[in-house]
Amino acid sequence: MVQPDAVTSAIRRAIPDAQVSVEDLTGGGDHLQVSVVSTAFDGLNRIRQHQLVYRALREELASEAIHALALNTSTPN
Amino acid sequence: MDSQTQSRIESLIQSSPIFVFMKGTKLMPQCGFSNNVVQILNALGVSFETFDVLSDPEVRQGIKEYSDWPTIPQVYVKGEFMGGSDILIEMYNDSTLKEKLEIALAS
Repeated sequence: MVQPDAVTSAIRRAIPDAQVSVEDLTGGGDHLQVSVVSTAFDGLNRIRQHQLVYRALREELASEAIHALALNTSTPN
Repeated sequence: MDSQTQSRIESLIQSSPIFVFMKGTKLMPQCGFSNNVVQILNALGVSFETFDVLSDPEVRQGIKEYSDWPTIPQVYVKGEFMGGSDILIEMYNDSTLKEKLEIALAS
């Protein structure tokens, strides 16, 4: 499991302007719903947008500290 | 990933116009995200083939490297990676998925 704050900081390290919201779906800290808003996604297709976030969370995903991650990415309006 | 695993993955992806790497089977998905993808493709009435990554650790790890995508399920259309559960849900909701699949299946 991971703390929601740790997820936010890991994403911000990779994507400094990211606005991140993390929802713990089960209370167990390993099934997360994460929304990320950033100008870094501008001009990228959804696969590339999600890859940026996945890369930021590479260790947590590989170790299965995060077992399930529902991800939503968008650019600021 | 060794070259044998890579060529297995490539031949799986080419074996059907719509191919899904998932946990479990179409009839018995073993994960909510995999189930989402199966339900969406069933709702669109398209035919697709699947591979259960739980049955094969090498493919399970290899497919993540192949697409630079760390999660399962993964959907391939005409050999091209289209996304995982979140992207399929978004494309289903904004109606772009049906169009993309119809074009891919017609070509």
